[in-house]
Amino acid sequence: MAYSDKVVDHFNNPRNMGSFKKDEEGIGTGMVGAPECGDVMKLQIKVQNDTIVDAKFKTFGCGSAIASSSLATEWLKGKTIEEAQQIKNTDIVQELNLPPVKIHCSVLAEDAIKAALADYQKKVGDKTEAAT
Amino acid sequence: MKLPIFLDNHSTTPMDPHVLDAMLPYFVEKFGNAASRNHAFGWEAEEAVDQARKQIAKLINADSKEIVFTSGATESDNLAVKGVLEMYKEKGTHIITSSTEHRAVLDTAKSLEAKGLATVTYLPVDKYGMVNPDDVRSAITDKTILISVMLANNEIGTINPVQEIGKIAKAKGILFHCDATQGVGKIPVDVQAMGIDLMSFTAHKMYGPKGVGALYVRKKNPRVRLVAQIDGGGHERGMRSGTLPVPLIVGFGKACELCEQNMAAESARLTAMRNRLQAAIMEGLEESYLNGHPTNRLPGNLNISFAYVEGESLLMGMKDIALSSGSACTSATLEPSYVLRALGVGVELAHSSIRFGLGRFNTDEEIDYTIKKVIEIVTKLREMSPLYEMAKEGVDLKSVQWAAH
Ligand SMILES: Cc1ncc(COP(=O)(O)O)c(C=O)c1O
Ligand code: FES
Repeated sequence: MAYSDKVVDHFNNPRNMGSFKKDEEGIGTGMVGAPECGDVMKLQIKVQNDTIVDAKFKTFGCGSAIASSSLATEWLKGKTIEEAQQIKNTDIVQELNLPPVKIHCSVLAEDAIKAALADYQKKVGDKTEAAT
Repeated sequence: MKLPIFLDNHSTTPMDPHVLDAMLPYFVEKFGNAASRNHAFGWEAEEAVDQARKQIAKLINADSKEIVFTSGATESDNLAVKGVLEMYKEKGTHIITSSTEHRAVLDTAKSLEAKGLATVTYLPVDKYGMVNPDDVRSAITDKTILISVMLANNEIGTINPVQEIGKIAKAKGILFHCDATQGVGKIPVDVQAMGIDLMSFTAHKMYGPKGVGALYVRKKNPRVRLVAQIDGGGHERGMRSGTLPVPLIVGFGKACELCEQNMAAESARLTAMRNRLQAAIMEGLEESYLNGHPTNRLPGNLNISFAYVEGESLLMGMKDIALSSGSACTSATLEPSYVLRALGVGVELAHSSIRFGLGRFNTDEEIDYTIKKVIEIVTKLREMSPLYEMAKEGVDLKSVQWAAH
């Protein structure tokens, strides 16, 4: 299978690869997939005043999965929580020109975004609860 | 050194230039139909085919009349299994095969099963991928008419105890078919000593042309009969009709002759090269696991799983080296290699496997380059892997509740 130039670029030069400490202030972590399925994606966001100021990923998976998560971190940076919720896997498919067999890699990236946002909101929620 | 490097010699092999030289006169100049009995064009073609048949038969210690030409090993496997079943179905319809066969055998068996024409036993293999002859013996019933076990596996290179299986088959009067596609030309094959009654092989895995293969069909002790699966002019003793592709057959013959002449030296050279590749990779990278038998395997085969990284991304990172992976992400099915699964390799490690296939034209320089690249890319992808990170933090990956999809 031939990969699109964009997939190759993200694969060779992954953006924002790495990790934040999970318990750091303002960090939301999403981990989706399973090793048996051949793909696990970890996506983290760093939020300040409702805006995502930084994002990082680590991915075990094919080139398209790595590219999807790398792209997702690029897109997340600068977005509000609200805006980040709107990112759809189909946007990723379009941007990276993914063939039908690789659509699930983009679905995984969307799931990872959702999971990271949910984790952040849960943390914030827990904290407000604790405060009151 | 030229890039890309071809290290996928189990999928096919480049043709040896000497093979091409032998073939060339048979396209334009000597174009006759080997079945034309009435003129010099036909005689010339027939003579060339006879010569090739001898070269091929000699390599496997058969008689040249026992070679039936086909389009390749897939057709040979189909003809052997279906042809035997159709011929001997009054005696019984039970077939014994193994779970790591090539799909040309497995899917043939499954299709016969689905049509209700046969019952099939798929024998398990041990952790090295070997069939246990005792399992063959105990699977035999009074309805068994065929045992089909491969010589060497195309993914892990493991060599089966074919000679012992041949003995068991003979003692019970059951026909023994062997898919020897990966072994012929690479390791010694002797249909007499091994007790093989039918054997599939193909030219393009032994530096010959694509599109021609053979089925060895024993003529005495016992005389094996088959129902043809392609009807027509009655070529090849009535077992496979169709005008013979003379240039391909000439190339096949030459390829067999070259393999026979060079086998000892080539196998020693490839074994040394493969061992060097293996040692350097496994010393350079922790948690890399050999798949298949440590010693009893094809000279040019090396199959390794690299924990925490996925096979397709490895291939993508080594674009200038042609390799193959047992990962599901490279196949349409989403199931990783059934061969590795049959050895008991975990799904995770099956996703992380890479097959290196060394051949006649690989050089030491190419191996050096490959060693460097593999270590580089596995290290890079592990840095990128959340699983590697967790493992380093001491998390037991088996204990994690994964959100499987
Ligand atoms: C063990 C085995 N059997 C059969 C085949 C099919 O051979 P062919 O390509 O000649 O049909 C192959 C090649 O992939 C093989 O490795
Ligand atoms: S992660 Fe398996 S196809 Fe993308």
